[in-house]
Amino acid sequence: MSAGPVETGTAPIRPADRTAALALGDDALVLAQRLGEWAGHGPVLEEEVALANIALDLLGQARHLLSLVGNEDELAYLREEREFRNCQLVEQPNGDFAHTIARQLYFSTYQELLHNRLARTGTPFAPLSAKAVKEIAYHRDHAEHWTLRLGDGTPESRERMQRATDALWRYTGELFEPVGELPVDWTELNDSWLASVTSVLERATLTVPEGPRRGAWTAGAGREGLHTEPFGRMLAEMQHLHRSHPGASW
Amino acid sequence: MATTVEAGGVREAAFDAAVAADERIEPRDWMPDAYRATLVRQIAQHAHSEIIGIQPEANWITRAPSLRRKAILMAKVQDEAGHGLYLYSAAETLGVGRDELLDKLHTGRQKYSSIFNYPTLTWADVGAIGWLVDGAAITNQVPLCRCSYGPYARAMVRICKEESFHQRQGYELLLALSQGTEAQHAMAQDAVDRWWWPSLMMFGPPDDESSHSAQSMAWKIKRHSNDELRQRFVDICVPQAEALGLTLPDPDLVWNEERGHHDFGPIDWDEFREVLRGNGPCNDERIGRRRRAHEDGAWVREAAAAYAAKHGEAKA
Repeated sequence: MSAGPVETGTAPIRPADRTAALALGDDALVLAQRLGEWAGHGPVLEEEVALANIALDLLGQARHLLSLVGNEDELAYLREEREFRNCQLVEQPNGDFAHTIARQLYFSTYQELLHNRLARTGTPFAPLSAKAVKEIAYHRDHAEHWTLRLGDGTPESRERMQRATDALWRYTGELFEPVGELPVDWTELNDSWLASVTSVLERATLTVPEGPRRGAWTAGAGREGLHTEPFGRMLAEMQHLHRSHPGASW
Repeated sequence: MATTVEAGGVREAAFDAAVAADERIEPRDWMPDAYRATLVRQIAQHAHSEIIGIQPEANWITRAPSLRRKAILMAKVQDEAGHGLYLYSAAETLGVGRDELLDKLHTGRQKYSSIFNYPTLTWADVGAIGWLVDGAAITNQVPLCRCSYGPYARAMVRICKEESFHQRQGYELLLALSQGTEAQHAMAQDAVDRWWWPSLMMFGPPDDESSHSAQSMAWKIKRHSNDELRQRFVDICVPQAEALGLTLPDPDLVWNEERGHHDFGPIDWDEFREVLRGNGPCNDERIGRRRRAHEDGAWVREAAAAYAAKHGEAKA
C-alpha cells in the first residue's frame, strides 16, 4: 500500500529533472484519477480490486515524483490545465472496459520500458524506477491478459477491443517525444514499444492500427500543457474541494 | 424408515454437541438445513454490504482533497472489494454460487446493510463512515470471529483486522477536520449529525422485534443481542466524540451511574423500516448502479469465458 507519508525534499534536483519529474508524475496522477472513476463500476469484483490496485500504485508513483519537484498537493490541486505536463493518452476518458484496457496496454508497456531504462541511470529517478517496474510489470501483464481475452473472446468483445485500439492509437506517438533531459534513446524506446504492442495485438487476433500515431495537436502537446477537452473537466472535479478551502490541511 | 430417522437424530445430536462444545462446523460436516439457510442469508447479506458499500465512498475518490487521503480511500475501497470476495467464497462453501447470490441482490431478494442507502454529501462523510459505520460493523463483527461456522469465522478474523485500520483512519480524518478551519469543523459536525442515528440502526431491530436472533444465538452464529451490541457501541463512541471535539446529536444521551452505561434517546424505527423497504434516500440509486455495472460488464465476462473455453484457461 502506498498510503504512507512521502519523503520530500531529499535532494535538490536540477531544473531539467524537474521537467521530467513533472511529466512522469502527472502521467501517473492523471491515470490514477481516471482509474479511480471505475470504483463501483467494474465488470467483475476481481476487476474492482485490480483497477483500484493499479490506481493506487500509480498514485504512489505520482506522489513520489511530484514530491521531488515541490509540495505534492499544491502541484496536484493548484495548477491549471495549461500547467499539467501529462501525455494526452492518460487523460482520455475511460469509455468502455476495452477502451480502458487499450489505454492501459499502451501506457503500461511504455512505462515499463521507460522505467526499466531509467532504473539503470544515475538520475534521481533510478530508485523510484527500480521499485516502480515491479508494479508496472503487473499492470502490463493485467492489460495484456485482458487484451487477449477481449480480442480473442466473443465477436462483440473483439469488435470493442479493435475499436478501442484504433481510437487511442493517435495518442501513442507523443509518448516518445523526449522528456526533459532524460538519458533515454527515444527512438529505440519507440521501436521496442511498437514491437511489444504489435505482438500482443497480433496474439489477440487484432489488427495493428495503421493510422498516424500523432496528430497536429498531439505531437508532444500534453508535455507542452496542451490538453484535450475532457481533461479540464476531470481537473475541475479533482481540484474542487481542495480549492474551496484555501490553506486548509486535510 | 426408522433407521433413517435414527441416523438423522444421531447427526443432529453430533451437530448440537459440537456447537455446545464451541467446536467449529466445517463445510463437509452435516448441518441442519435451517442453519445452512440462515448462514447463506447472513453471509450473502454481509458480502453484498461490502460491495454496495463501495459506492458511497467511491463517490469521493475523484474529489479527495489531498493525495494522501485519496490513496487511503482507494486502498479502503480495494479492501472492501476484497472482503466481498472472501465472503462470497465463504458463502460458496455452503453450496450456493456467487452468480446466484448476485442475482438475488440485483433483484432485491437479498438485502444489504441499510446504512449504505444514505448519501455521502461532503468529504467529512468519508470520515464519519470510517469512524461510525466501520466502528459499528466492527462491534458487530468481532464476536463473529467466534461464530460456529468455521469459514465465516475465519473470514471475519481477516476482515476485522482491516476494518479496524479503516476505522482508525476515518477517526483521524475527522480529527483533522475538527481541528482544522471553522468550515472544516462544521463539515465534520454536520457529517456526525447525519450518520449517528443510521449507525445505531446498523445493529438491527430491538431485541423484542428481532425475528432471527434467538435461533442464531442458540446456534452460536450470533453471540450477543442487537441491543447489547448497540449499547456497547454507544459506550465506546461517547468518549471518542469528546476526544474529537464533536457532539453526538442526541439530547437524551447521558451517563447512567446505576447501569454503568449511557442512556440514549429513542431510535426512529419508522425510518429504519422505510429504508429496509427500499424507501431510503439512495436505495434505488445504489441497486441501480450495481445492476448497471453488472449488465455493462456482461460482454466482458462472456469474453473471458469464451477465451477460457478456447484456450483451456481457468475461468476469469
